[in-house]
Amino acid sequence: MLQSVSDFLVITKRQLLQMIRIPEVLIFATIQPAMFVLLFRYVFGGAIDSGVEGGYVQLLMPGIFVQTVAFTLAATAVGLAADMQKGLIDRFRSLPISRSAVVIGRTVGDTLQNVVTLIVMGLVGFLVGWRPSSGPIKIFLGFLFLLAFGYSMSWIGVIIGLSVREERVAQNLVFMTVFPLTFLSNAFAPTTGMPKILQYFAEWNPVSTMVAACRELFGTENVFGATANSWPSQNPILMSLIYMFLLVAIFAPISVRKYVRVSK
Amino acid sequence: MKSIVAQELVKSYGKGGVKALDGLSLDVEEGTVLGLLGPNGSGKTTTVRVLATLLTPDSGSATVAGIDVLKHPDEVRKVIGLSGQYAALDETLTGWDNLTMFGRLYHLNSSGAKKRAEELLEQFSLTDAARRPIRTYSGGMRRRLDLAASLIVKPKVLFLDEPTTGLDPRGRMEMWGVIDELVKGGVTLLLTTQYLEEADQLADSIAVIDSGKVIARGSADELKNQVGGERLEITVEANQIADATRLVEQVTGVKPSVDHGIRKISAPVSNGSASLIQVLRLLDEAKIHPLDIGLKRPSLDDVFISLTGHVAEVVVGLEVGGKNAAKRK
Ligand SMILES: Nc1ncnc2c1ncn2[C@@H]1O[C@H](COP(=O)(O)OP(=O)(O)OP(=O)(O)O)[C@@H](O)[C@H]1O
Ligand SMILES: [Mg+2]
Repeated sequence: MLQSVSDFLVITKRQLLQMIRIPEVLIFATIQPAMFVLLFRYVFGGAIDSGVEGGYVQLLMPGIFVQTVAFTLAATAVGLAADMQKGLIDRFRSLPISRSAVVIGRTVGDTLQNVVTLIVMGLVGFLVGWRPSSGPIKIFLGFLFLLAFGYSMSWIGVIIGLSVREERVAQNLVFMTVFPLTFLSNAFAPTTGMPKILQYFAEWNPVSTMVAACRELFGTENVFGATANSWPSQNPILMSLIYMFLLVAIFAPISVRKYVRVSK
Repeated sequence: MKSIVAQELVKSYGKGGVKALDGLSLDVEEGTVLGLLGPNGSGKTTTVRVLATLLTPDSGSATVAGIDVLKHPDEVRKVIGLSGQYAALDETLTGWDNLTMFGRLYHLNSSGAKKRAEELLEQFSLTDAARRPIRTYSGGMRRRLDLAASLIVKPKVLFLDEPTTGLDPRGRMEMWGVIDELVKGGVTLLLTTQYLEEADQLADSIAVIDSGKVIARGSADELKNQVGGERLEITVEANQIADATRLVEQVTGVKPSVDHGIRKISAPVSNGSASLIQVLRLLDEAKIHPLDIGLKRPSLDDVFISLTGHVAEVVVGLEVGGKNAAKRK
């Protein structure tokens, strides 16, 4: 048991080392969401009448946070596909290490990367007027929630990365799925404008429940959601926890199995 | 004792796809080197991947260091080292990072992993490049670091898949030196190669594979004898061919074969050097001065062709064997 913990920590450490050896990767991974914050804040911020205290940016920040951590899936998928392509996964598989070490190490590593990204984004948000008003404990919980969501999304990335085996394919596949998911949600605009059927979809969408949960934890009224009055939109924190639990419970065992059997 | 045993391995890729292994059996005595020699696509890599627990065969069985590969892959992984056909390293990290990481994954403690990394970098003449990212390494350096990574805990059984493919002649000589050292240290080695010369040089015993099966087995000498013994070959001026042929026949007692195009006379001999001296003396008395004369043992090339009916594919211009093969084609 102790051995398998130290095994996955070695893999995680490898990722942190990569960040040090090529800092550009992390810098760009951070600049991109920071740019999103600025664009949305100043491009849509003027057009969308939010009606909440402190303005659109209060609603926007939870949306952008969730979008960013949802893309952990991409980081994981692309990273693993690259390792497959280079034959590194094969080498790991020929070592006497626990069968889950490589995939756990990867998901944890990608989550740690999120810590840095979230801190930078939070600071940028603060600079442009984001003021979470719920007190330090809830704010902390909000960030913890985000990290947990990113972590559970990361497991889907494991399966994609090990299945496609090719960095570029992974990249495209991921963008094609995650982008619609983040836009068919309450993250950036109210769901009222959507056809009723899409409103239901948007409210059951885990991205929406996460965004709603974060708005609650950061102390902003979620005026963008709950137009269809679905259960998840009324219990976003509970529903998000259920989603996260399901994601890990389903995809983690599949991922480990896949890793054990994967053969290039 | 046998260190590696494979019995009747069968492996197809995909559903009803290529049969990469088609009843392959082999064994390697402890402390010896087996050269697995075969052309592209003959199943070398597949064999190595099955033995190194990376791939499950459709049928058949295998043991490595006495451990069943299919039943106890985890135990097998503790005693093997693998350096695959393509260097498998983290390109963004330095050589040092890679070796310490693998050291930790072999469960050395932190200082143990560092110490071992230092030793290996020294042993493979990579100390100067230790702090550079792998992506700045040359092909030969990568290959050496990859090999180093498979030696972190001294393995009982080592698998090297085409360790010198893509290296220049100097890189190959260096790699051969390194492999020689390892073998002296007592490791059991299974080495795959497309280079006949390499198998001849490094392996105690050779298994020739083609289409997923072992088609011949033995020491380099045994394989060469299988094709035929020594031959005496003489090249002379065109107008002297007839006389020279008569002399050769007189000595060897066999009717020589003559290639008028390249003016070469050749005949099988049983007591090579004695016949050579005798022929030289007779030629000298007859005032015939051969342009070239010598005893030729069949090369592994000859063996390969006579066994598989086709020429081994060889990377352009890397070796004498390759040129011979091309010429014969
Ligand atoms: N992942 C795969 N999917 C489908 N077919 C494969 C796969 N890997 C290998 N093959 C096929 O199996 C056969 C044996 O391949 P293998 O890689 O073992 O040959 P090899 O002797 O190592 O060749 P080379 O000298 O080119 O490395 C080939 O016909 C190859 O096309
Ligand atoms: Mg191969």
